[in-house]
Amino acid sequence: MTSIERDRFERSASSAAVAYEREAPSPRAVMRRRALTHPGFLFGGTVMVATILVAIFAPLLTSYDPFAQDLTQRLIPPVWAAKGSWAHLLGTDGFGRDYLTRLIYGARISLIVGFGAAAIAGVIGTSLGLVGGYFGGRVDSVVMYLVNVKLAMPGVLIALSLIAVFGGSVTVVVAVLGLLFWDRFVVVTRSVTQQLRVNDYVTAAQAVGASSRRIILGEILPNVLNHIIVIASLEMASAILVEAALSFLGLGIRPPTPSWGLMISEGRNFMFFQPYLVAIPGAAIFVLVIAINMLGDGIRDITAPEGRN
Amino acid sequence: MATAPAPYLANEPVLEVEKLSVEIDGPAGRLRAVTEVDLHVGRGETLCIVGESGCGKTMTALGIMGLLPRRARLRAQRLALEGRDLLAMGRRERATLRGDRMAMIFQDPMTSLNPVYTVGNQMEEIFLRHGKGTRKEARERAEYLLQKVGISAARGRLGQYPHQLSGGLRQRVMIAMSLMCDPILMIADEPTTALDVTIQAQILHLLADLQEEYRMALVLITHDLGIVARMADRVIVMYAGQVVETGTAEQVFSAPMHPYTRGLLDCIPIPGKTVRGAKLGSIPGMVPSLIGPLDGCAFRNRCPEAFADCAAAPVPLRALGPNRACRCLLEEAATVAPRGQQPVGASR
Amino acid sequence: MMRFLIHRASIAVLVALTVSIIGFALLRLSGDLAAALAGDTAKPEQIAQVAHLYGLDRPLYIQYLDWAGKALHGDLGRSLFDNKPVSQLIAERVGVTAQLSFMSLVYALVIAIPLGVLAATKPNSWIDRASLGLAVFGQAVPNFWFGLILIIVFGVTLRWLPISGSDHFSNFILPTITLGTSVIPAIMRVTRTGMLDALDSDYIRMARAKGLSTVSVLFKHALRNAILPVVSLTAVSLGFLLGGSVIVESVFALNGIGFLAFQSILRTDFPVVQSIVVFVSFAYIVLTLLSDVVNAYLDPRIRIG
Repeated sequence: MTSIERDRFERSASSAAVAYEREAPSPRAVMRRRALTHPGFLFGGTVMVATILVAIFAPLLTSYDPFAQDLTQRLIPPVWAAKGSWAHLLGTDGFGRDYLTRLIYGARISLIVGFGAAAIAGVIGTSLGLVGGYFGGRVDSVVMYLVNVKLAMPGVLIALSLIAVFGGSVTVVVAVLGLLFWDRFVVVTRSVTQQLRVNDYVTAAQAVGASSRRIILGEILPNVLNHIIVIASLEMASAILVEAALSFLGLGIRPPTPSWGLMISEGRNFMFFQPYLVAIPGAAIFVLVIAINMLGDGIRDITAPEGRN
Repeated sequence: MATAPAPYLANEPVLEVEKLSVEIDGPAGRLRAVTEVDLHVGRGETLCIVGESGCGKTMTALGIMGLLPRRARLRAQRLALEGRDLLAMGRRERATLRGDRMAMIFQDPMTSLNPVYTVGNQMEEIFLRHGKGTRKEARERAEYLLQKVGISAARGRLGQYPHQLSGGLRQRVMIAMSLMCDPILMIADEPTTALDVTIQAQILHLLADLQEEYRMALVLITHDLGIVARMADRVIVMYAGQVVETGTAEQVFSAPMHPYTRGLLDCIPIPGKTVRGAKLGSIPGMVPSLIGPLDGCAFRNRCPEAFADCAAAPVPLRALGPNRACRCLLEEAATVAPRGQQPVGASR
Repeated sequence: MMRFLIHRASIAVLVALTVSIIGFALLRLSGDLAAALAGDTAKPEQIAQVAHLYGLDRPLYIQYLDWAGKALHGDLGRSLFDNKPVSQLIAERVGVTAQLSFMSLVYALVIAIPLGVLAATKPNSWIDRASLGLAVFGQAVPNFWFGLILIIVFGVTLRWLPISGSDHFSNFILPTITLGTSVIPAIMRVTRTGMLDALDSDYIRMARAKGLSTVSVLFKHALRNAILPVVSLTAVSLGFLLGGSVIVESVFALNGIGFLAFQSILRTDFPVVQSIVVFVSFAYIVLTLLSDVVNAYLDPRIRIG
């Protein structure tokens, strides 16, 4: 039964619902059971772990250098095509570089950008959300005003401009994307903080004289954590997509670093006769992003299925 | 298992229900929300269904109306309104009866009214949907009914939105709305629970007046015995999805037979009877799980007079006279013991 | 309702002001504007001359006020690339972007809303799963890549549609599908959630108790409530479409302001970039304000209060 069905059943049976005395399983055990039977979580988790492993152990998986050009070996199609060969499983690109190798090393870029941007955005957004949600009043107005300003600005255009000015190193890209994606963190963190703030344990802490900082970090933040993780996964997926787009336009990761978006852009010139140059990196992005989204949805289902509709 | 004799009704039967059951499939198993409920109401009669939350009274009502949630399944031997067999009807035909011949009002008038449409709109649409007349006639009837339920400045109210009315007013609107097509059966599910105590009395009074005037059959669902005492001609007591006792209000209040009923009555202080300083009764324990097969009496874990046989097999509903029945194995349940007296010579 | 709208409008003005300041700051970021104007071979005195000529040696806030004042009169400066007035450049191209955004939005709404309603009325049916699948796809697919694939399939292999240019209506079909598919998931999800919530509510149960027909229950009662959040989302999506058009216009060589912005960034033609950023932001602010108005009108709880 999916969680949707579960929810509707719980709602429809509420008037006949009855508490029966039985030993309730511990929350951790419940979560573990849900995790192991949740197809989205399992799929997403597997792909993520696989990608991370591939990225880390890249040199062990391929003997080619992603930067090494060999103009005698240009544009060889993948092994399943007519002129393909096992020497280059996914063929070579316009510069004779092994495509599989570039794909594998490109995974590193995607993961670094994804994690990095999500982390930066997460720190900025969560801090703002906690502060705004906890203190309310003027502070909250300022936070919402900042969010509105951020939302009004066209993120992609600004990112393009900033990268044009500051260059296309991985650091700059991560920083720029991190500065682009914090708004969803704020919205969610703020709303959850507002709900948590009225809980008794917060009031109790205040009564004991705990400082705001301690309450926020000690009482509220742990309870917001699972929401943050879910948002972080979604923003990571967005960051990967945007980086690919920026690199595709030429204002993202600089060549010859193998970003998947860059590979698509480089392949564009040949795409009518060698469509695999475009199809393969795009499919990789697609699969990774789906996996991350499913992982995020799965985490949300596992930690708080009642909140889902 | 003895079946109840054909019920004796002083008036022509409006609603006849025999062996109605509702089951809901869930992750933990099949939930027996309602198990083989019999009930019948005649014109101008008020039947109260009493029981605690979760005993199945609302599910019974929804089952009768045909409003069960998707996951729930209804079975019944007979379900008839004014003699018409509802079980044989398709969904569309049932829908034509709802709002027209049978009406239901719910507990919370705020959430039962659509916030984006005016009161008038929501009242008129019933009239128009059931083809009772023109828009103008609908509006006139709506205004008339609003006045009838005691709302002043009725015409102005038609143009107002639900959030602009107070709780008591909204419930009056709901009642007026349910009368738009002059139904013969009205089911009211806890109509006063969400209201202030002072308003409660007014609403009950209103319902009683309307019922008398229109000679409707009224099924009143409540957990409040005070309301039962005020309003009921006949009473059905439900527990864990089953009917455990039926009778006239007089019978059930003065001579309750089922230990659950007795327990309920013991919980309320009665001025003049309850000894000052004496403890009020309470029923210990919790309602049992409704999942899994029925095994024995559902009340046995909380019953002060339970004995071995109570766990042996499901207890049948024993008829003890026209409109009087009790689902209990106790011998003296068959004899009418006056309330407050300890049963003597209990045979175990 | 007026109080609500005035409150929203004042926030909008404040945000617009901030955006204009940030937009202005963007221009200054690009490094020494005077040096860029003067050219690569200019000597320091020449650069200083240029700076003075363009008023670039005045304090920043004065420069901002000057720029803002001119902007309010429609003077957005001149392009560094071809010296044409920026306002003219934008005016020439905004139609293309507007058309693309509008068509994408319509395409998205026409698909997403009915799917969302259907999915909600038959949860866990194949339609529900299919629409969720579409949502997953729309969210995960890189839109520029999707555009390229569409070009390969429809433009080249099947030769049904043109793949570049912006004079003909059919030029917009592939870009519309590309751009619109990225906003379908959000709209569909919000519609579906809204409908599920509505269908579960007491007033829908009441509507059924009144014997109303299924059509009436679904569309008159449920959808009317579910649509409220979709209105806000539509405005936000339109803003997103305006901003996201950069990528799609570049892939399909559509001559809109997104493409212009991109080219200008490459050419470091920052007056143009800055103006477009501010323009798009303002459009977004106006759109969200409009959606607030529509929302206030549609929801009697806000309209009457």
